[in-house]
Amino acid sequence: MPHALTRTLARGAALFVLVVAALGVLIPLSNLLLPSGSILQVPTYLVALFGKYACYAVLALSIDLIWGYCGILSLGHGAFFALGGYAMGMYLMRQIGSRGVYGNPILPDFMVFLNYPKLPWYWHGFDMFWFAALMVIVVPGLLAFCFGWLAFRSRVTGVYLSIITQAMTYALLLAFFRNDFGFGGNNGLTDFKDILGFNVQADGTRAALFALSCAAIIVAFLICRAVVTSKLGKVLIAVRDAESRTRFLGYRVESYKLFVFTLSACMAGVAGALYVPQVGIINPSEFAPGNSIEAVIWVAVGGRGTLIGAALGAVVVNYAKTYFTSGPLAPYWLFMLGAMFILVTLLLPKGIVGTFNSWWEPWKARRLTANAESAAAEDGVSEPHMAE
Amino acid sequence: MVANVFDRLRSLAIAFFLIATLAVPAFAGAFEDAVAKFANDEFSDTEEAIGTVASSGNPLAFPIISALQDGRLSADPDTKKVFITQDDGKVIDAASGAAVDKLPDTAAAVRLNNRLRRTVEAALGGLTLLSPDPVKRIAAAQSVFKTHDESMLPVVDGALQKETNKAAKAAFAEARASILLFKADATDAEKLEAIAAIKARGDQEALALLTGLSGEQSPLIARAAASATSAIQSNLAVWSAVQNAWYGLSLGSVLLLAAIGLAITFGVMGVINMAHGEMVMLGAYTTFVVQEVIRTSYPGLFDYSLLIAVPLAFLVAGAIGVLIERTIIRFLYGRPLETLLATWGISLVLQQAVRTAFGPTNREVGNPSWMSGAFELGQITITYNRLWILCFTLAVFVILLAMLRYTALGLEMRAVTQNRRMAASMGIATSRVDALTFGLGSGIAGIAGVALSQIDNVSPNLGQSYIIDSFMVVVFGGVGNLWGTLVGAFTLGIANKFLEPVAGAVLGKIAILVLIILFIQKRPRGLFALKGRAVEA
Repeated sequence: MPHALTRTLARGAALFVLVVAALGVLIPLSNLLLPSGSILQVPTYLVALFGKYACYAVLALSIDLIWGYCGILSLGHGAFFALGGYAMGMYLMRQIGSRGVYGNPILPDFMVFLNYPKLPWYWHGFDMFWFAALMVIVVPGLLAFCFGWLAFRSRVTGVYLSIITQAMTYALLLAFFRNDFGFGGNNGLTDFKDILGFNVQADGTRAALFALSCAAIIVAFLICRAVVTSKLGKVLIAVRDAESRTRFLGYRVESYKLFVFTLSACMAGVAGALYVPQVGIINPSEFAPGNSIEAVIWVAVGGRGTLIGAALGAVVVNYAKTYFTSGPLAPYWLFMLGAMFILVTLLLPKGIVGTFNSWWEPWKARRLTANAESAAAEDGVSEPHMAE
Repeated sequence: MVANVFDRLRSLAIAFFLIATLAVPAFAGAFEDAVAKFANDEFSDTEEAIGTVASSGNPLAFPIISALQDGRLSADPDTKKVFITQDDGKVIDAASGAAVDKLPDTAAAVRLNNRLRRTVEAALGGLTLLSPDPVKRIAAAQSVFKTHDESMLPVVDGALQKETNKAAKAAFAEARASILLFKADATDAEKLEAIAAIKARGDQEALALLTGLSGEQSPLIARAAASATSAIQSNLAVWSAVQNAWYGLSLGSVLLLAAIGLAITFGVMGVINMAHGEMVMLGAYTTFVVQEVIRTSYPGLFDYSLLIAVPLAFLVAGAIGVLIERTIIRFLYGRPLETLLATWGISLVLQQAVRTAFGPTNREVGNPSWMSGAFELGQITITYNRLWILCFTLAVFVILLAMLRYTALGLEMRAVTQNRRMAASMGIATSRVDALTFGLGSGIAGIAGVALSQIDNVSPNLGQSYIIDSFMVVVFGGVGNLWGTLVGAFTLGIANKFLEPVAGAVLGKIAILVLIILFIQKRPRGLFALKGRAVEA
């Protein structure tokens, strides 16, 4: 029976990877190769929209990793997402070069406008893609490491951690709103021209970015899966379910939490970096505490602790958001979103995928019981039941 | 000429009342000639006329000069007659004070240039120095203090001798000191005395006056001025600290008010209520509705609008709190993270509901008369609304504390908090207590909304701006302890206001957030942590 269960799960994972990969290949191809107007052709605006969803899915995966498997509810993951986005935005700003409104080859437009005498030290190096790409991972990772090191070491857990993560993203929001902070203040970074020499507006670039985002989902999913199915993942689940007991068993709980928190922040940073060239802007509102909580609800809707559900939830909720906010129902979207928060926590605590699993697996298991029993009768070994 | 204006005015007042018909013609000729000069439309003539009129002691002098300042003085170049348009629109003849039906068509406003405007101001200053209203006299003396116009010295001297009002006398003495300090031919003794008087005043203006003193002074004076400057500066530093402390107390009271309901729901019940800010918002909107009803139906009751709104806001927010507890939160006890998400959803729904009902823009909530205005305390200004909010907050705090301590409901609440199952065994209806506790916390948030509507914009986003701060206060102060909330709120408020002048408003706030995050590392359970097993629950 355990073989059967893991096989079903593995089959689900393989199916998920295949579907994402197929979408990542087919949608760009249909956009680029089919003539516009054809029913099967995906218009460019949809490619950009789906690309956005894909980035959100990566963010949701990163949240599910810590919340679903380690019980850390971060209400500040939007901060890591936005930091990754800003690192990418800084690279894109430097790529504008002298094509800006003021034509300054070094300083981005807003710095000329705000009378910066020279480039601030922390903007150096962002004209090189490899450096920016490194920073996309390093900056959120470093912040998460420092923050987590302080928080987990002094055993700040549960809602306290949630609240101080929210305070962290709020503090960053206030900081990035300041003009003298050197990140464009209120307006953020925008008006990007090209990335690695390709025009960010071009269809081909958008299609490539979408494909990359799908690849990011797959990579993030595989990393998360590798983590949660490893021995380390078992300890994480133990921390989630009984932190003190795990500590008394001799595990250094804070090290496990710190590792997974930092990993998750790096993933969120990558998601943000892919997000920025596709939407064409990054501004401080990405740090708003509301965004981070919204990202948590994607995970809750899809199914906490299921990975696939997190990604699915991000896409479903954001599709609903796009659908409702662009139609005549726009004033009711917040009612919908609010109701989603309430109903999912009350009625669907396992989320879509979790609920599906809890229906599907007993049925599947019953069907397989006969086989398992006959197999056990054959080799005479009865293995202990493995919890999901 | 100006020297004996005061005497003349006195004699004039007597004369005017007793033998008006005889007295006025006694100096009518010069005054009327002077007034007629306004009609010449020459700046030099106007200046001369201002001087003569201002020193004439005629009761019309003040109306004429102030009309001149406001552009209400008109002159007819043909008849050389000058008219004052009064505030109520009536026109009088400037020379005689007799009423005139209407301005002649040829009359035009007497023109001024910048130099003349200064002359007018100085003349008005001199005239108001002798005003019967002590408030006006003090204001005039203050303006002389700032301008230290030498020509005012005789007037000030005269006024000082006759003055009986204490405050006005002090103001005149300061004005005199200011003039003497800048008077070229004043003796050193006079100047030293002046410096002492200015030092005693000790405010920003005194400092400006002393630092504005030219370098060509005798060493004695320069030394005295320097020491007075530093004395004033240290005095001002003390006052600015007092001012910051007051602002901090004021901010702290707002924080306490917003957080105190949360201290009940989060601190006592352990429920993370992200919709707490929306309860505050509902209280503010209740105030708005109460004021609207009063405005349209019972305008006379406006001053009582807040008194009516407080219990109503408590009921509205409390009832919604009970409803939320009964329908949603009670299914989530023991699952704090889920509670957090569900209440966030509630906050979104409430915000959007208010936005739909009242519109997304700010609604206007007025201050009752007893809450508007301000008074001076030493060098700082204290506004009544801030003061009332501080008092109100403390009153709410004390009432709440007493309620938890002395009432049956308070006892039950504490019992349920400490040991739910034992309390249930003792016959306490724990679910009823939960609902009431949550209702109480929400109701207090509603009351906070009434107070905050007086100093903040009443918009659907009102609550969101307080939620993070409120949580910070409760977490900083220590969960489950109302005193911790009190100390936490005032500490954060005062720390914020002392950081603000140094670091700027936004950086100060960021610094506070970072400090709290670091503080939680040191004391994860806040300033006043509950001891014992309850903390692990």
